[in-house]
Amino acid sequence: MALKGNLKDFNVTQLFNLINLARKSGSLTIEGLGKTAEICFKEGKLVYASLNGHDGGLIGMLEKAGKISGEESRVVRARSRSSADKELGLLLINAGYVTQDDIVQSVRSHTLDVVYLLFTWSDGSFRFEPNKHPLEGAITVPINLENIIMEGSRRVKEYEMLQNELPDLDMALKFTERPDAKLRDINLTVEEWRVISFINPRNSIRQIAKANSMGDFRIRRIVYGLLSAGLVELVMPDGPQKVRTAPEAVSAPPPVKRSLILRLIDKVKRM
Amino acid sequence: MQMENVKIVITGPFNAGKTEFISSVSEIDVVSTERRITDDSRVVKGRTTVAMDFGRIAVDDELMLYLYGTPGQKRFDFMWDILSEGMLGFVVLVDSARPETFREAKTLVNRFRRYSPTPYVIAANKQDMEDAWPPEDMRIALRLSSDTKVMSCVATDRESVRKVLLELLYSILESAD
Repeated sequence: MALKGNLKDFNVTQLFNLINLARKSGSLTIEGLGKTAEICFKEGKLVYASLNGHDGGLIGMLEKAGKISGEESRVVRARSRSSADKELGLLLINAGYVTQDDIVQSVRSHTLDVVYLLFTWSDGSFRFEPNKHPLEGAITVPINLENIIMEGSRRVKEYEMLQNELPDLDMALKFTERPDAKLRDINLTVEEWRVISFINPRNSIRQIAKANSMGDFRIRRIVYGLLSAGLVELVMPDGPQKVRTAPEAVSAPPPVKRSLILRLIDKVKRM
Repeated sequence: MQMENVKIVITGPFNAGKTEFISSVSEIDVVSTERRITDDSRVVKGRTTVAMDFGRIAVDDELMLYLYGTPGQKRFDFMWDILSEGMLGFVVLVDSARPETFREAKTLVNRFRRYSPTPYVIAANKQDMEDAWPPEDMRIALRLSSDTKVMSCVATDRESVRKVLLELLYSILESAD
C-alpha cells in the first residue's frame, strides 16, 4: 500500500516525521518544479538521496566536495569498468585518491543538500514505496532524521502555515513517550533548549513564550520543530481550567450509567 | 414506559463517509435534511440550511440510540453546540485515501476535544481503497497520542462500522460512573 499525495497537503517535514516515527524502510519519490527526487530510508533513517536520477554519482559528489579534481575524476571514470558507486569507491581508496571517511562525508553532504532543497518545495506529488531499495551498487550512509527535521523546520518561514499547524497556543506540551526519543543526540539552538526546559503539561505554549520573551511566530516555529521531530506532543493543559467564552463553552459529559452502556454494547454486539 | 434516548455524533471532513457509516447500522433509512450539491450547506432565501444525517438503533423497549452525522467545518460550530448536549461520545471519520483532508481532520479533532471532553474514536475510513493510508500512519500524520483509538473502517461494511461503535462504547464505559 503506497502512501501518496501532494506536498500542498502534506509537506516534506511531515513526511519525514511519519517515516521516522513509523521506522519505515522504502523509497520516497517526490516530483516538483520539473525535477524528481528519490530519497531512501531504512528503519526510519535516511540512507540515500538523489535528484534527477544518478546526478553525477560518487565521482560527482567527491568532485563537488573538493576531494578529487576534475582531472582525477576523468581518469577514474576512464579506468573503471563499472559505474557502480561502491566499486568506484573501492577503486578510489585503493588508488589513494580519497579515504573511506572522505567518501562517507561527501555522500552525507550530497544527501543533505538534496534533502534541504526539498524542504523548499511546497508543491509536488509524492509517493512512498515500502521496501524499495536504492540502486544496486549505490553507497548508503545512515543519517538520523530528527536533526534533519529540526533543521527543516527552522527553514520554515511561512507564518500562515505555522498558524495552521499550531492554531492554539493555549495547549500544553509533554515529552513524547517514544522509547527511542533521545534528547541528548539532538542538536538544538539555545532558544530551543530554553523552550525544552519549560516543557510541562502545566505550562501552556503561550506561557512558555511569555517566560522566554518570545513572540507568536518564534514560539510556533520552535514548537512546530519539536513536534515534527517527535520529541514532544500536544496535550490539554493541567491545572485550573481557564474561563471560557460562550462559543468555546465546554459541554460537560452527561453522568453515564454503566448499566445503560452495557445495554448498548450488548445490542451492538448482537447486530 | 418512559423511552430513554441517547446519542452518538459522527463527524468528519466533507465526503469522509458519514452518511454511509450511519446507513450501515441504522434501522431506519438515513434521513438527510438537505440535498448536497457541492458542500454540506446551502444558503436558501438568506437562511443557511445544513445537511445532516440521522439514524437510529432501537436497543430495547426502553432505550433508543440516535446517530447524528454532522459536518465538521468551523462554520457549523452552532450545530455542534446543539448536538453535543447530552452526547455519549463521538466518532471522527477520516477519508484514508485523501491526505488532503488530514489537516482539516486534525483541526476538527483538536477543536472538538476542547469543546466536549467526551470519549471519541478516529475511524480511518475507506480502508478498502488502494490508496488508503494505514491507520497507524494516519495516527502519526494527525499527531494523535498513542492512547487515542484509531480504527480501520469501511463505512459501507456493517461489521466494520459495528466494531468502531463497539470500541467507542467501551471507551465510554471506561469513563462511566
